[in-house]
Amino acid sequence: MGVLLEIQNLSKAFTLHNLGRHIKACQNIDLSLQSGEFVGITGKSGSGKSTILKLVWRSYLPQTGSVFYESSEFGRLDLNQASERTILHLRRYELGYVSQFLNVIPRTTARRLVEQAWMEHGGAPNQAPVEAERMLGHFDLDRELWDSYPNTFSGGEKLRLNIARTMVKRPRLLLLDEPTASLDQGSKEKVRILLDRLKQEGTTMLGIFHDLEFMQGLCDREYQMAQGALGASYGQ
Amino acid sequence: MIQQQAGALLKVRNLTKRFGDGCPQCLEGLGTGNDAEEGPLHHNYCPICGTVHALRDISLDLWPGEILGIVGESGSGKSTLMRCLYFDQEATEGEFFLDPFDGGKANVLKVSAQARRAIRHTLLGMVYQNPVMGLRMNYSAVANIAEKLIAAGSRNVGTMTARASELLDQVNIPLRRMGESPSRFSGGMQQRVQIAKALSNRPPLLLLDEITTGLDLSVQAKVLDLVRQLQADLGIGMLVVSHDLGVIRMLADRTLVMLNGRVVESGLTDQILEDPQDPYTQDLVHSLL
Ligand SMILES: Nc1ncnc2c1ncn2[C@@H]1O[C@H](COP(=O)(O)OP(=O)(O)OP(=O)(O)O)[C@@H](O)[C@H]1O
Ligand SMILES: Nc1ncnc2c1ncn2[C@@H]1O[C@H](COP(=O)(O)OP(=O)(O)OP(=O)(O)O)[C@@H](O)[C@H]1O
Ligand SMILES: [Mg+2]
Ligand SMILES: [Mg+2]
Ligand SMILES: [Zn+2]
Repeated sequence: MGVLLEIQNLSKAFTLHNLGRHIKACQNIDLSLQSGEFVGITGKSGSGKSTILKLVWRSYLPQTGSVFYESSEFGRLDLNQASERTILHLRRYELGYVSQFLNVIPRTTARRLVEQAWMEHGGAPNQAPVEAERMLGHFDLDRELWDSYPNTFSGGEKLRLNIARTMVKRPRLLLLDEPTASLDQGSKEKVRILLDRLKQEGTTMLGIFHDLEFMQGLCDREYQMAQGALGASYGQ
Repeated sequence: MIQQQAGALLKVRNLTKRFGDGCPQCLEGLGTGNDAEEGPLHHNYCPICGTVHALRDISLDLWPGEILGIVGESGSGKSTLMRCLYFDQEATEGEFFLDPFDGGKANVLKVSAQARRAIRHTLLGMVYQNPVMGLRMNYSAVANIAEKLIAAGSRNVGTMTARASELLDQVNIPLRRMGESPSRFSGGMQQRVQIAKALSNRPPLLLLDEITTGLDLSVQAKVLDLVRQLQADLGIGMLVVSHDLGVIRMLADRTLVMLNGRVVESGLTDQILEDPQDPYTQDLVHSLL
């Protein structure tokens, strides 16, 4: 299968000019994921977990280090060096990012959101309705919600829609930023089943979770982060 | 941050626009980097000779089907950039290239007036900040569109009327109102007529200047929906100018931030919003949150 993601010596600091502040968010991160692996990260608030994910997704500007990714389109490339155009291409076709927040577009139904994602990824428009229903059903979103606007959804419903919308594109690498934060126990369990299913289907995942318990049995390896550094892994 | 250059729909290089001739002090004090030397300029204005440096060395690439956002405060040069690209105003220096014209090899600022007219009418569509600039307020909505069709060579009245109705329908102007003049329309409707007009010759590139400014929130949302839909369905490339980061966040893949006639920062839109680098952009973004 081989290595899908290889993060080397990745560091990031923020300079807030107007506040005269310099914040070190993460330092010298080394981490790699085999294709099909599920790696989890926990750690205290502010320890730098989201920073790593956002550097991979490139919503944070890279500074030092490398993020090698084995693209099906471009082969092995360093996401830190990749052009914006390449990043947009990868986001559309190869990478997925799911957080606890749903970026909703006003007055767009759940069904339409998934259809749009399908077409954005190059799926045939006439297939879109079928694919959208398949995904919404697969991720257990109540049928009554399919044609409503997601800004009224509960946290768990938003999350499942978010995952449906991301997974309709079949990303090779899925980044998960605390997908279970603020969910009740029942919804958490649903998400757990859902992620387990994705893993069975071969999706490679890098996820942040705030409880170890949740990750156990789900992730292949787990890391603890503290003060911008990644601790030793303690997985299988 | 100019990247791979092959295949860009629009390529702008070092575009500069001055109102006034400039003087040795302001001409030489310029172009010395991003934040260091501003020369004698006060914002974009030279107090010595009175020249306004509205655009200074603007370079950008727009990919086919992409929406590129341009944000910046009032007076930063956004509309001037649109007007120079649409040939409403003559750029002082610089060049730009359009892929569908001569394979993107000719600097279209230097081609004949006739070729420029053809480019304006067949390759470009413009929606002005102020609808008065883009529409004849006393012609009917249909006639406004016919005017643009005629400019691109249409002559058949029946075909033009059919096409105009189709376009107005696409932007949700009801059939029964198509014969009325835009002076009787609401602001949101006027912007939609402008959009229909801009689309009339199926241009690959749209220039949209503050299309939602001054509209009610619910009307704004409809216009934005329309733009998103046009991009999804027709794959048109667009430059979207706005001083509203919310609009840019919703529409643009990549964004340029302008200040005093210059691009101070450019990047993926979410990166500009989540990890802005320039002090000015940081101010802009933090005041939004
Ligand atoms: N966009 C940003 N601008 C400035 N500072 C930031 C930014 N993002 C993160 N930081 C800072 O970097 C550090 C690490 O933040 P990060 O979001 O990675 O933490 P985290 O481990 O994900 O925390 P949490 O569990 O609370 O989500 C924090 O000190 C944070 O304030
Ligand atoms: N015809 C003109 N003669 C002199 N100065 C001009 C002319 N047109 C524009 N300017 C100046 O050029 C600068 C840029 O103006 P422009 O209209 O491009 O700004 P803008 O970014 O679109 O602002 P806004 O957000 O208010 O629409 C301003 O300082 C303006 O006063
Ligand atoms: Mg976080
Ligand atoms: Mg303007
Ligand atoms: Zn001067």
